[in-house]
Amino acid sequence: MIVIVDYGVGNLFSLQSSFAAIGQEALVSADKAQIAKADKIILPGVGAFADAARKLRESGLDTLLCDLAAQGKQILGICLGMQLLFEESREFGVHKGLGLIPGTVQPIRPLVDSSYKIPHIGWNALHIRQQSPLFSYIEDGDYVYFVHSYYAAAATQAVIATTEYGAELTAAVQNGNVFGCQFHPEKSGEVGLKILRAFCAI
Amino acid sequence: MITKRIIPCLDVRDARVVKGVNFEGLGDVASPVELARYYSANGADELVFYDITASSDGRKIFTDILKETAKTVFIPLCVGGGIYSTEDFERVLGCGADKVSVNSGAIHNPQLIEDAAKLYGSQCVVLSVDIKRVDNTFRVFAKGGRENTGIEAIEWIRQGVERGAGEIVVNSIDTDGVKQGFDLEMLQAVCEVADVPVIASGGAGCKEDFIKLFKTLPKVDAGLAASIFHFGEVEINDLKQMMRDNDIAVRI
Repeated sequence: MIVIVDYGVGNLFSLQSSFAAIGQEALVSADKAQIAKADKIILPGVGAFADAARKLRESGLDTLLCDLAAQGKQILGICLGMQLLFEESREFGVHKGLGLIPGTVQPIRPLVDSSYKIPHIGWNALHIRQQSPLFSYIEDGDYVYFVHSYYAAAATQAVIATTEYGAELTAAVQNGNVFGCQFHPEKSGEVGLKILRAFCAI
Repeated sequence: MITKRIIPCLDVRDARVVKGVNFEGLGDVASPVELARYYSANGADELVFYDITASSDGRKIFTDILKETAKTVFIPLCVGGGIYSTEDFERVLGCGADKVSVNSGAIHNPQLIEDAAKLYGSQCVVLSVDIKRVDNTFRVFAKGGRENTGIEAIEWIRQGVERGAGEIVVNSIDTDGVKQGFDLEMLQAVCEVADVPVIASGGAGCKEDFIKLFKTLPKVDAGLAASIFHFGEVEINDLKQMMRDNDIAVRI
């Protein structure tokens, strides 16, 4: 059973539908017992880091997710959900994340010149940096859909894909059983569905 | 490299796509859900659904259609038409929309842009502007292009971005329906003040018009059109191949 963690951030309709489209039942839940029983966990998220991190902390989901990660449960963070996996974020101050992947979340702006618009919105190519089970069904150069103003400055060994936007930005990460996508697989057409299918098959 | 986006726009009334559609192999040519699937499978980078119903019954039908589409179409969906409040944002976002386009609603209450950007993020708020030349100035028109608001368009857009709009759709009333190409002069003026993505709309008649758009104005991020796609005058896959042949970054 796949559980999409519902902690009051963003709309999960498309994400849930994308699992249905690949023949996987995904439950949207905020219930800790249910999340603990899941085989695989999706951590979604849109919006501001501080607000999302606070919601995870207040609901006690932060410790649960860290415990489940330590037990070897597969977790996939998407967009802001990926950023929350990191140690901390510099989005409007310094905020603590789950610390499941080494690195910090930082603004894109200082990295790129003013001809690059922020947020980075649109379809961009994935450059696969390390083989990962997440990429079993896709190829280097496939396009996925991004919407973000901050990027994860991750430890090199955790970066499995990047994308070029004036600089090589982290597009996907893996630390053992913990995975993250900066882009939205549920909005990335066939390629996105293939990535979700690969995660389900791990 | 980020790619230029090609976006078909579907005007929906009473669960039907309004402008006629002419595709082989498409069962129900006026079904928004089927048409959305067709476009998604044939190269569209994003879809715009425009709700042109006025009644609340129509609204309900529209959101049902939206939900049905979002169950099977996994590319970004932008929804416009009848968006006057953050409740309207909530209503369509809950049905699978990723972005919401505001036009008359923002003219009526500019604060809506700010409120929505705070609640849902700028990436969610698309400011759509109908612009027409009046005495050599660009003016914002309301009510589907029928009413001159007197507002200076470039300044309106600058303020819209400042208030938190994450993307701008520029609809040139002067070139709309003429099929002689996009309004490059108007778009250039917008690009000079908007540091968020700009989507060009109005005037495309053939593939070459898109090539000219992206070659002349590299700051334009996307091209939007309706009938030329619906009538098959321009096939999105062919258009994208031509873009690639012209060294324009594109997702194929």
